[in-house]
Amino acid sequence: MIEAAGKAGPAPAIARSQAPAADRRTARRILPNRGIRRQTIVGWLFVIPALLMYLVFVIQPLFLTVQYSLYRWDGVGPATWVGLANYVTVLSEPRLLETLFNAFRLVLFFSLVPVGLGLVTASVIQRVATGRLGTISRTILFLPQVIPLVAAGIIWGRLLSLPGLVNQGLSAIGLSDVTRAWLGDFDTALPAVGIIGIWVLLGFCTVLLLTGMTKIERALYESARLDGAGWFQEFKAITVPSLRHEIGVCLTVTVIAALAAFDIVYVSTGGGPGGATAVPGIQIYILAFLERQVGIASALAVVLVFLVLAVILPIQRLSRDTAR
Amino acid sequence: MVSIGFDRDRIRGTWAVRLAAAILVMTTAIGCASPGAVAPSPTPVASATEAPSASAAEPSPSEAAAPSCGTDPVVLNAYFETGFDIPFKLAEEFTKQFPNVTWDIKQDQFTNLMTATPRLLSGDNPPDLIRLPSMVSLVADGLLKNLDEYATAFGWDEWSAAQLAQNRVAEDGTRGSGSLYAMGLNYSMTGVFYNKELATQIGMTAPPTTVAEFEGLLAKAKDAGLQPIMQWNATASGGGLAFPLQNLMAAYGPTEPINDWIFQKPGATIDTPSNLTAAEHLQQWIEAGYFPEDANAIEYTDANARFGQGEGVFMFNGDWQNATYDKDLPGNVGFFVFPSAEADGKLAAMSAPLTYGIATNAKNADCAAFFFNWVATDETARQINVDIGGSNPGGPTDLPIPSAAEGSVTNETLAAGNEVAKDNGGMDFIANATGSIFAQGWTPELQKMVGGRQDAAGLLKAVQAEYEKELNR
Repeated sequence: MIEAAGKAGPAPAIARSQAPAADRRTARRILPNRGIRRQTIVGWLFVIPALLMYLVFVIQPLFLTVQYSLYRWDGVGPATWVGLANYVTVLSEPRLLETLFNAFRLVLFFSLVPVGLGLVTASVIQRVATGRLGTISRTILFLPQVIPLVAAGIIWGRLLSLPGLVNQGLSAIGLSDVTRAWLGDFDTALPAVGIIGIWVLLGFCTVLLLTGMTKIERALYESARLDGAGWFQEFKAITVPSLRHEIGVCLTVTVIAALAAFDIVYVSTGGGPGGATAVPGIQIYILAFLERQVGIASALAVVLVFLVLAVILPIQRLSRDTAR
Repeated sequence: MVSIGFDRDRIRGTWAVRLAAAILVMTTAIGCASPGAVAPSPTPVASATEAPSASAAEPSPSEAAAPSCGTDPVVLNAYFETGFDIPFKLAEEFTKQFPNVTWDIKQDQFTNLMTATPRLLSGDNPPDLIRLPSMVSLVADGLLKNLDEYATAFGWDEWSAAQLAQNRVAEDGTRGSGSLYAMGLNYSMTGVFYNKELATQIGMTAPPTTVAEFEGLLAKAKDAGLQPIMQWNATASGGGLAFPLQNLMAAYGPTEPINDWIFQKPGATIDTPSNLTAAEHLQQWIEAGYFPEDANAIEYTDANARFGQGEGVFMFNGDWQNATYDKDLPGNVGFFVFPSAEADGKLAAMSAPLTYGIATNAKNADCAAFFFNWVATDETARQINVDIGGSNPGGPTDLPIPSAAEGSVTNETLAAGNEVAKDNGGMDFIANATGSIFAQGWTPELQKMVGGRQDAAGLLKAVQAEYEKELNR
């Protein structure tokens, strides 16, 4: 519970920090020169450990990946320069392209549904379930964030199997015709993986949006209600526009989760059946470690990075612009 | 057992492995950090072809001069596979017999070993003994010790040639012939396990002698409302339908072309007329409902659990599962080699060594080679192999094969191994042909077949195309 509240914290903090930051800046200007330098040094001392970690474990590997993507290399032996050939392979091989399409299909489940449903859930909780009921429902919705994804994936695999609980439930209400191995069926595997994603990400979005809602001025709702607005009108005219920034954060996090998905997919379907749920993460793993084509794997990883950026940057700009 | 083992091991992978895999993907995205240069030159390749260090290189050809562990204290640096007792028990017994040898054993899941082996072999402290996932690329990179001198010194050359063939790599990078680069601690056997009680129920009094007879039994099982075959085919476990498929291939055609394909002989193809017949039979089995309808979602462990609970008359699997079968269905599990198309046809089966190798720069290579020889020839070691591993210990043909406990299915798999050996019908597994032909070829295509989206001809064509693409990369 505490963790839920704590994790959700940063969002409003970002919004609020603008004003005090300005104060601090003016305060700093009054300090003598030596003080500034000392503060700068101390500041850097605090930042350097994190910065070093970032450089060594994020930036350097990123550049190495780009470098590897230009070679044909099995990970141990000599590497041969192949220029952009690996990128041609990635963009021309149907199976590799298909993983990129699957990633975008997952966006629907991992991103659009949790954000949409999260908005509705958050506003219902805010309106109906205040006090302890609100805390309990928030905690329950947030719990999937606390459970390791791999464990969740294994449990979902059991639930969605042919003898699993989902099919038992369906049979119990007379729907035994639709029972199937949800994760093993070509038509339902991807949506089934998507539903696991919704389960994981809905709580995150709801809590984040709910926290955002608390900072919307009550007076807006009161005046809307005086004007005779119903729940949906309030939702449309006040809640959603006020939450653009939070929605932006939700979309960013969930879109990345979809495009860079690995764990949920690997554990629940492994990319099968027949590649129906194959995502770039899985292919990168297979290419690098089973096929030992580090170059092609790196090229696919680089393409994925650019795709994520291409999707994320507009979302960022949109939420920033409108927040102003 | 490279890939026969490979699927079984992947399935055993706990969430921890998968988590590790998740981390690995992240590290791929960030590249394989360590090699400073993009073109790291492999550790001295020359030594791969040199004589295996001091004692083996001594000129004296007599048996007495064969490499040994000496009398000075030796610490063998070993990497074993987590979850399998056999190498640990063998190591324990070895130290009992040769007290100057102690072990520094590191262990890891097979999936992790698969990704880490090149790095371990080329590292600062190269292992004296290591479980190998695959060999060809390791040999090409000069990371594995050439064992030819040891083979001569210990007389391994006089054992059945088929036993060592899978561990040989030729200079052109094809497997199956050339120099010896690894040894099997034991030799697994695959075939058809059956639930004796259910088999009696459908009137099976003796194992079938032809494919037609087997198919008759499948039909009877289906009519009796039983699950004819329990088999896994989920991605995480790898396409288990490759087992019956390869058995059918060997029933309708010779084994040589199949082995040539696995060993990457130039021009080899899996898309042959007899293999097409085999794949068509498999497709008919699928369409007739002989496999579970949810096969594509059944993982290896699930399949065994369900078979153990009495679901399924037959199951295609290997003798590494014997201990579990003996426990789940004591005295109730039988085994037979998949029959040939004709009653007097040759028997064949996938059989693979539990492969271990020695690093090119290993410190105690002689002692490790002596261990290989001891495992295959020492009476106690051979008994441990049968009791714990459930597999044939191999070794010289004139040594008797120890017998397993009364009523254990191991006795049946060992006997079956003899029949196959008589017909020279040993095959490697079609999933082992390349590093990812299983993950990228067989598994997805077999899943499509189960899902009604691929036919027999298309399956073979797709896998052959993937095979050629991988070899040409």
